[in-house]
Amino acid sequence: MTGPLLAADNISKFYDGRVACDKVSFELWPGEVLAVVGESGSGKTTLLKCLSMQIALSSGRVLYSLRDGRMESLADLSEAERRFLMRTDWGFVHQDPREGLRMGVSAGANVGERLMAVGERHYGRIRDTALDWLDRVEIAGDRIDDSPRHYSGGMRQRLQIARNLVTAPRLVFMDEPTGGLDVSVQARLLDLLRGLVRSLGLSVIIVTHDLAVARLLSTRILVMQQGKVIETGLTDQVLEDPQAPYTQLLVSSVLQV
Amino acid sequence: MTTGYNFAYLNEQTKRMIRRALLKAVAIPGYQVPFASREMPMPYGWGTGGVQVTASILTPEDTLKVIDQGADDTTNAVSIRKFFVRTAGIATTEETAKASIIQTRHRVPETALSENQILVYQVPIPEPLRFLEPRETETRKMHALEEYGIMHVKLYEDIARHGHIATSYAYPAKVNGRYVFDPSPIPKFDNPKLDNCAALQLFGAGREKRIYALPPYTEVKSLDFEDHPFSVQKWDEPCALCGSRDTYLDEIILDDKGKRMFVCSDTDHCRKARGEEAA
Amino acid sequence: MYVAVKGGEKAIDAAHRQLAQERRGDPSIPELTPEQIAAQLSLAVDRVMTEGSLYDREMAALAIRQARGDLIEAIFLIRASRTTLPRFGYSTPIETSKMLVRRRISAAFKDMPGGQILGPTFDYTHRLLDFAPGDEAAAAPAETGPADIDRSMPRVLDLIGAEGLIEPASEAESEPADLTREPLSFPVGRDLRLQSLARGDEGFLLALGYSTQRGYGRTHPFAGEIRYGEVRVSFAPEELGFEIEIGQIDMTECEMINQFKGSGSVPPQFTRGYGMSFGQCERKAMAMALVDRALRAGELDEEQTAPAQDEEFVLSHADNVQATGFVEHLKLPHYVDFQAELELLRRLRRKAQGLEQEAAE
Repeated sequence: MTGPLLAADNISKFYDGRVACDKVSFELWPGEVLAVVGESGSGKTTLLKCLSMQIALSSGRVLYSLRDGRMESLADLSEAERRFLMRTDWGFVHQDPREGLRMGVSAGANVGERLMAVGERHYGRIRDTALDWLDRVEIAGDRIDDSPRHYSGGMRQRLQIARNLVTAPRLVFMDEPTGGLDVSVQARLLDLLRGLVRSLGLSVIIVTHDLAVARLLSTRILVMQQGKVIETGLTDQVLEDPQAPYTQLLVSSVLQV
Repeated sequence: MTTGYNFAYLNEQTKRMIRRALLKAVAIPGYQVPFASREMPMPYGWGTGGVQVTASILTPEDTLKVIDQGADDTTNAVSIRKFFVRTAGIATTEETAKASIIQTRHRVPETALSENQILVYQVPIPEPLRFLEPRETETRKMHALEEYGIMHVKLYEDIARHGHIATSYAYPAKVNGRYVFDPSPIPKFDNPKLDNCAALQLFGAGREKRIYALPPYTEVKSLDFEDHPFSVQKWDEPCALCGSRDTYLDEIILDDKGKRMFVCSDTDHCRKARGEEAA
Repeated sequence: MYVAVKGGEKAIDAAHRQLAQERRGDPSIPELTPEQIAAQLSLAVDRVMTEGSLYDREMAALAIRQARGDLIEAIFLIRASRTTLPRFGYSTPIETSKMLVRRRISAAFKDMPGGQILGPTFDYTHRLLDFAPGDEAAAAPAETGPADIDRSMPRVLDLIGAEGLIEPASEAESEPADLTREPLSFPVGRDLRLQSLARGDEGFLLALGYSTQRGYGRTHPFAGEIRYGEVRVSFAPEELGFEIEIGQIDMTECEMINQFKGSGSVPPQFTRGYGMSFGQCERKAMAMALVDRALRAGELDEEQTAPAQDEEFVLSHADNVQATGFVEHLKLPHYVDFQAELELLRRLRRKAQGLEQEAAE
């Protein structure tokens, strides 16, 4: 049965009377990259945290198509099922790679952890897999035993990506993955992401304030303002021909370099 | 025997509470059962967990052996044995084969145990994940959800850095295919003795307030990698007193020019091997 | 030939005899009596009772003498004794508002009903070591005042609470748990948190409280009220079915007024921190109140960044009897495990040296 991989059904989140997310609904299909864009305060990061079960919804549901084909509301899963999902079928790339890595262990251990968590018990195979992934994210193999503390910001981010992808997740959440990196490093990372997404057939929900990132990576776009989705559609179409006044403002204010 | 105290010091309600915890522990091998550890007349960290377990299972007919570092005559073993003589008046022995209950710190007796014996371990830190994850709220979840990936990360790191797993004592093992546990700071040399042991093995951590257990004939598998299997310590020399090559040895420094000798840590086993009479 | 060392038992007996001698000291000097300790070192007695969780001045004095003045050792003796005492039940909650006050101050107001009563305190003394104390103090008895002082001393926090300026004192939702009967399991309720802090080490809590004042989890504290005096203790035995007063205890209570907080539904109010101790352990009661408030960071939706706000860290390490047990246990033989580490280290070094030699060739 083919259907959407993830469906958001009227997701709302309130904090003390303030609306952070207001009845957001959408569907994500396998292989799609959905960009959620808006200024800071638009609710896009709150939405991402709701979708990835990091914070509880005030109302609405998130439905996900599990590997066995069932479409379940995430709130109905047991904690064991949720944690297993987050370790195997999902990835989460944090803006600050330190939040998504174990800074105190080597790069190899960082990449190998998910494998060990699901029962891989052959040191040589774990190491080979880690080397393979480091290569795929363009980190030199002789850095495998170094701790990410000795890595540059760009390298840490690529390591975080490798750590997430090693168990072949079907869905990856990304929170401003290029934030905090300088422009040339950003470009390299985006190129890498684009290649990986395509070659692995990943589905991605990426939050970004940078329309250029959205344009480069995503197929569909959600534009948020003050917690509401004010425009949605195919990325190229929306950015080429924005309908909502706010979207027009966003598009026109992107610096042309 | 000192009068004025209940048999073996603890009152009956306390013993009942501890026995309930022991039953739970035996029912779920390797699982740490919280218990309301009592303040004892010896300091936390000096065996109060082991003493509370022993006190709860002791009967007037028992014969008790107490060892520390494998020896009956080390100061803390002497102190604990005296405590039970004063408060319970039970028979004591230095011979492993003659004891019905053996309380131990940091070693498993070299002599194989029987179904009629109980081995009580003193445990300082019951949580095998403690130094990887200091928060108890998190480690409880990891045990409940069988999330032990982080333990193998530590072993991986050891091999990457040293070429070997760098844990030589308190070596973690999987119990009955389910819980990962800390066997107490016994050298890894002793881990194989825990596997499929005929005796009941009880573990008491007084300060941390946890009890766990291995029922007889339970599977205990030390963690490792397929291509870096678990291995035990070896010495170049035999025991200088009895000639043994398959027991755990203590290193004695003889002079300041580097002269050393190695003798069995298990004093009772060594004495028997030499054919001497017990003290 | 090497003979295995025996004689541990004899060594211990000899050590204990030597300890007894040291404890008594020079026999030509008069022996300290517990009465002297209880009367003249009363603050030491107060601390031992507080952290030993047992109100008994004579026992605490005895413990201090047996422990040769080492207060943590004395606290240990009290705790071990307490475990063996028969339990009759729990008293009814004590009413500190009805305290027979000997000292009562508030830093938050210049004056309030009942007034500021300094009482016996080291505050404002000049810390000049008195080399010849003698009997001067006995010669000049403290002045007594008129008996018509207004003894009604409503709690300062109740007064501002009446205006709604401070959050109400939390109501107990159920019977409080007993820390000495159940193991601590995180996250912890207010009842077990306060019990842990009350019997926690004064030095540890003092340092943590101090750290909050220096920016590690700031709570903007004001000493709303500190009161010291006698309170009555009542108990309702099952056989009688009604309450009877069984005695009085001296205690100190400290209520801190902290950083105000509002939420969507409630306008801003000051928040509370609570501390208490047996006797006049004022420093302890104040430090406890600072740490109590810091540990409420999660409950009050504040960012938790500082050690004093980390419940597991603070409460797992506050008990000095546990702490000293484990720290001092390092004196016990660990040679079997050390041998294991030696064996491993030698093996790794041989390997490293082997590789170096290979590289050199």
